[in-house]
Amino acid sequence: MALTKDRVKERLTEKFGENIIGLEEQYGIIAFSVPAELNMDVLQFLYDDEELQFRFLTDITGVHYPDRKSEELCVVYHVHNLKHNIRIRFKAFVPIEQPDIKTACDLYSAANWMERETYDFFGINFVGHPDLRRILNVDEMEHFPMRKEFPMEDPTRTDKDDEMFGRGSIVV
Amino acid sequence: MAEEKQHIRLADADVEKQTTTLNLGPTHPATHGIFENVLEIDGEKIISSKQTVGYIHRAFEKIAERRPYYQVTPLTDRLNYCSAPINNMGWHMTIEKLLGVKTPKRVDYMRVIIMELSRIADHLICNSVIGVDTGALTGFTYVFQWRELIYEIYEEVCGSRLTTNIGRVGGFERNFTKAAWEKIDKFMAGFPKTMKEFEALLTRNRIFMDRCIGAGPISAERALNYGFTGPNLRAAGVDYDVRVTDPYCSYEDFDFKVPVGTTGDVYDRFLVRNGEIWESYSIIEQALEKIKKIEQDDPAQKDVFYAVEADKYHLPPKEDVYTKMEALIYHFKIVMGEIEVLPGEVYHSVEGGNGEVGYYLISDGGRCAYRLHFRRPCFIYYQAFPEIIKDGLLSDAVVTLSSMNVIAGELDA
Repeated sequence: MALTKDRVKERLTEKFGENIIGLEEQYGIIAFSVPAELNMDVLQFLYDDEELQFRFLTDITGVHYPDRKSEELCVVYHVHNLKHNIRIRFKAFVPIEQPDIKTACDLYSAANWMERETYDFFGINFVGHPDLRRILNVDEMEHFPMRKEFPMEDPTRTDKDDEMFGRGSIVV
Repeated sequence: MAEEKQHIRLADADVEKQTTTLNLGPTHPATHGIFENVLEIDGEKIISSKQTVGYIHRAFEKIAERRPYYQVTPLTDRLNYCSAPINNMGWHMTIEKLLGVKTPKRVDYMRVIIMELSRIADHLICNSVIGVDTGALTGFTYVFQWRELIYEIYEEVCGSRLTTNIGRVGGFERNFTKAAWEKIDKFMAGFPKTMKEFEALLTRNRIFMDRCIGAGPISAERALNYGFTGPNLRAAGVDYDVRVTDPYCSYEDFDFKVPVGTTGDVYDRFLVRNGEIWESYSIIEQALEKIKKIEQDDPAQKDVFYAVEADKYHLPPKEDVYTKMEALIYHFKIVMGEIEVLPGEVYHSVEGGNGEVGYYLISDGGRCAYRLHFRRPCFIYYQAFPEIIKDGLLSDAVVTLSSMNVIAGELDA
């Protein structure tokens, strides 16, 4: 019997109950968020469960929401059930002061570089990662450039009104 | 005692037994791009290796947070620059998904033609370069004239060749010209002969087979765990193709096969790409027929090259901009990036030359993306490279790299 999206949602809420936050479908993808400490439990459950079998890691990336207090950074996972073609996206929020989250490297070899990239750009600390170094930027870099406090253009420029040209710089 | 047996007897204390560290790259003629690999080799056997990436990182994701949507398209060109149109159209389709725009069938089929042409161009480079790296330059020169013709077709459609910036949200910037259709017909008429010649040169060539069979293999299980997609995954025996599982751009209307391999080695990757070239050729044939049928049934369709519901995202014709107020306003708004986009989160993926190219877009309703992430297949599967080449020969590592078709632009974004 083909696995349906409703069944996936049912299994997830059965298993994790209240911890599955904001479960909905966004443009055909099941989306929700989980507490940061449960990220690997969810991934492992999706992988192991006989019925669900989400065994393909499509993507890991980060997002910075400066306005969300004590959950400023977020790790976004995309997993895919190739057999029944169902995709899941879930987010795990971590505070910017201590952005620790468990690594997915033990489960997926693909997670290694994805997590290094997320660390490189957002400074998210993947606990247990075998080689958490910068990957695309130079090793000497001191900040995490995809965070919103770093505007694309020189913020000291006065000759250019940001209101007219693109997004205004975000003050954190 | 058996393991101490040596073929060459060295004089005592003459040569120290040690491994050599070799830098393959960052700029090495056999790596076709900026890839640094530090290899630890014992003679010619690779003991271990470490890659460094990021030499041409250009911060596309950061730039995209300050550019209106249509200005992101040129950034996507520079990911996999061997098949830029697929990236461009993937991006347009991502926005269309966010906006809920449904494109007319004729537009879909025109896009399919361009995307499949670029898939052919992409695979031609990869496969002919495997030939070059094994010492056969001839095949490369044979197929390149057809890649050149494909680039001329791009030129007719959008004005540029390598970094195409082709199409717009909703369709194309202008209808295909007569010359473009003629060039597509010329390609369809002449390409199979050269392709057959190319296959005759390499596919059953003893030297080529000896170099490729068994070099750089990966099992289906490891490939999936490493997040492989595209021809490299299919060579390992998994029939995952985004065009089939999540059909976009009316791919469900086409009848095509998904070639798969068994061992995931260089030779299988070569065969899978060759198979895909033929499938792409057949898809273009079908698309041309379908467009002909649409135009026969309704001659008015001949002028349809973009979705009318996306006209707020489509530059008005130049003569209208000069003569009509409305058109001038829209032209200005579009150029200044003052286009409203709904807030939302969307992930859209297309089957690129190297696998699943994904666009994860978070829009907060502003003029630019709040966050845009590119899933670059190269970046994800290149991390398996040390595991694949381990215990192989140095020359195998070179053909493995070219058969994986790692594109520096896509790797580093």
